[in-house]
Amino acid sequence: MRTISYTTRFLVLASLTVLLACNKTVTSVNANLAPLNPANEDLNAGTWKLILLSRPDTFAVATPAATNTTAYAADLNQIKGFQHNLTGDQRGEIQYWSAGGVLRWNEIMRGLVAKYNLPPYQLPNGTYPIPSSTNPFAYPNFPFSNPPYAARAYAYVSSAQYDALVACWHYKTLYNRPAPYVVDSTVQALAGKTSLPSYPSEGAVLAGVTAEMMQLLFPDEIANIQQKLQQQEFSLIASGAAAPSDVTAGEALGRQVADAFIARGRADKAGSAVGTPTIWANFVTTTEAAGQTAWVSLETPARPPMLPLFGSVKGFLVDSANIVALRPGPPPSTSSDSMQQQVQQALNTVKNATREQLSLVQYWADGVGTWTPPGHWNYIAAQDFVTQNWSEVRWARNFALLNMAEMDAAIECWYTKYYYFNPRPTQMDPLIRTLTGVPNFPSYISGHSMFSSAAATILGHIIPSRAQAYLTMAQDAANSRIYAGIHYNIDCEVGMTVGQNIGNYAVQRAMSDGAE
Amino acid sequence: MKTALSNRRMLAVVTLTLVSWGVRAQTDDDAIMMAKYNLCVGGMYSHSAWNYYWEGTYHRNNQNLGTVTTQMVGLMGIYGITPRLAIVAEAPYVWTDASAGVLHGMHGIQDLSGWLKWEVYRQKIGSRGKLKLFGAVGGSVPLTNYLADYLPLSIGLHSRTVSGRIIADYQLGHFFATATGTYTWRSNITIDEQSYYTTQFIESDKVYMPNEETYIVRAGYRSNRLEIEANLSGMVTLGGFDIRKNDMPFPSNRMDATMAGAHAKYEFQSGRLKGLSLTADGSYTVAGRNVGQSTMFGAGIFYIFDFNHKGKTLETPTLKSN
Repeated sequence: MRTISYTTRFLVLASLTVLLACNKTVTSVNANLAPLNPANEDLNAGTWKLILLSRPDTFAVATPAATNTTAYAADLNQIKGFQHNLTGDQRGEIQYWSAGGVLRWNEIMRGLVAKYNLPPYQLPNGTYPIPSSTNPFAYPNFPFSNPPYAARAYAYVSSAQYDALVACWHYKTLYNRPAPYVVDSTVQALAGKTSLPSYPSEGAVLAGVTAEMMQLLFPDEIANIQQKLQQQEFSLIASGAAAPSDVTAGEALGRQVADAFIARGRADKAGSAVGTPTIWANFVTTTEAAGQTAWVSLETPARPPMLPLFGSVKGFLVDSANIVALRPGPPPSTSSDSMQQQVQQALNTVKNATREQLSLVQYWADGVGTWTPPGHWNYIAAQDFVTQNWSEVRWARNFALLNMAEMDAAIECWYTKYYYFNPRPTQMDPLIRTLTGVPNFPSYISGHSMFSSAAATILGHIIPSRAQAYLTMAQDAANSRIYAGIHYNIDCEVGMTVGQNIGNYAVQRAMSDGAE
Repeated sequence: MKTALSNRRMLAVVTLTLVSWGVRAQTDDDAIMMAKYNLCVGGMYSHSAWNYYWEGTYHRNNQNLGTVTTQMVGLMGIYGITPRLAIVAEAPYVWTDASAGVLHGMHGIQDLSGWLKWEVYRQKIGSRGKLKLFGAVGGSVPLTNYLADYLPLSIGLHSRTVSGRIIADYQLGHFFATATGTYTWRSNITIDEQSYYTTQFIESDKVYMPNEETYIVRAGYRSNRLEIEANLSGMVTLGGFDIRKNDMPFPSNRMDATMAGAHAKYEFQSGRLKGLSLTADGSYTVAGRNVGQSTMFGAGIFYIFDFNHKGKTLETPTLKSN
């Protein structure tokens, strides 16, 4: 007995030691990607159709120093100096950024959206404070990056990145200055080689344009983003891909392009989308005057509806007349048998949810504290984009198409939701207990369905071999909201159709922007 | 030297987290061993509820949850391999509910846990005192594919665990004091989502789970027939992060708690009910972080089967003071 117990003790200690030594560290799936290696440099991208700028040379970029000048020799010496003294961390940063600036900044944006996607906590008097962009560091922090806010943020960053890179490509081909590792064979290419001219640096353009956009979108994060910018720019230079003068010119160009988008953003009506108590009350009056049950918040204390005037925001692909024209017909009257059937169906579905359905509910929940549905579709897109070997400018173009579609889907969806102000299933029947949080805005039509259908439409155009897979995912996303008990069938059916209509605007643009 | 089971303790962990833990095996953390070839089988019920919780260090309620209730029915078995070595296994069924708000409760079979406990050392101290040291190793595995990331209404965290435990017990006449310390290694878990935010954004369905330490100290009266004790127990996760203001809880949150409780057991010594024992437990969470401030009560019923050869021994399922 004693012997056994000593042996056992030894075995236990040994196995515990092994277990404790196990590395449980979890890293993001894209932490260790190979350097971006474009199959096509898209040298004509300086002629692609711009989104906001009128010309690729709206912002001037000065002629660079020739590669045989002393100024450029100093640039090369700086690179060599960096390469001589690289630390392990710096090599890690080079490897990280070499996967592509558009991808990395998109990931950073998804993270910011998740970080800021928290509804404010109530005040002692039962009302809710509203985040303010003029006082972003005070609670509640600005922004509350809910789905419409996030859709717009992704769209602004992606479209600004696209216009900035089109301008960048214009100057690259205009000045045609080769990369440092081409000029001087003693400069190592630590992030892969391309034949793309390096002035101005596309990576620095991305750093500049994205960092500048934070003034509008995530003002608390300017300092953190500035650090990322410095990391990326150091990596560009230290990898031998860009001379310091390539980087300086690139960042400056990026920031100027961003300023044009910021000016647009300050005037696109998103700033007033929160509404006022009078406006909130008017939705109820109007809906009840039409003989319909008006939506009420299912939170306690009741929370004002999320961004009720977001439907008036200025879209990128569709204008306000389009928004009205694309609005679907009404849902069944709240007092009709048809609506009662929808409610009954919702109750039966949520009561009998299978584990597979629960998985879909969770997988697509994309609620509080997450990247939101548009962010999820950015992730889905990115996981396929990394296999395509695109140039940075094509990456930016495809994300811009996706995110303009997502933002315009949000506008159309919010316009429809507040036009009909239709109650959620649980409001119609409190027996419907939901499998995810009930979003604090009207039911008809489903945001998940619209975001997903619009995304699947444009992504299926960009990567046709994946079109069917995207449609299946979109249908899963839509169905997940029915399984969760937070939407009627009809919300999702109609949402899928309207989402596709919005997505088709992005497809139309894709076919005429000069990139295909 | 041969003893019956005792201390069917609704271990504090049941009650304390935002996750609705199942009960852990009971005799794995006390100072009582089974008689050789004796099998004890029992059932337990516990009810735990809270309407205040700690969001990080902020003590709050939530009108969109109301009172969160976790109920548990557990089956357990304890078998004495030798007088100084026992094996314990347990599996609970758990169901959860929130009295307010819209969220749907969950229910299902949670984790199978098992322990091997052995008495390592004993020493008489004076004429009436006795010191015993025990060691135990245990582990748990989820029995079903329940949702972990559905706090506070998920039925568990879906982590696999391996634990090491030390128990010291001192008895003086009918009075005793016991201290138990446990280190639990918890495996990472896989969730249905593809990304989440802790103190940083992670794009993965894998979640790092911090390990955990728990302790229990208890003192009271112990005789063959009756056992009554007061206890204080606690847990800390070795890492994890705070729930942010108005955010949802997450399986890898830091979860710390301190509970004060009491336990009683009555064991029938003769007649037709011999071999039967009844237990009652209660506890209250006095301090915590990212856990519910729960009040728990529970009850259990156990019966001992003796597989010794008939007539060979009169070892009965009683607690002897040796």
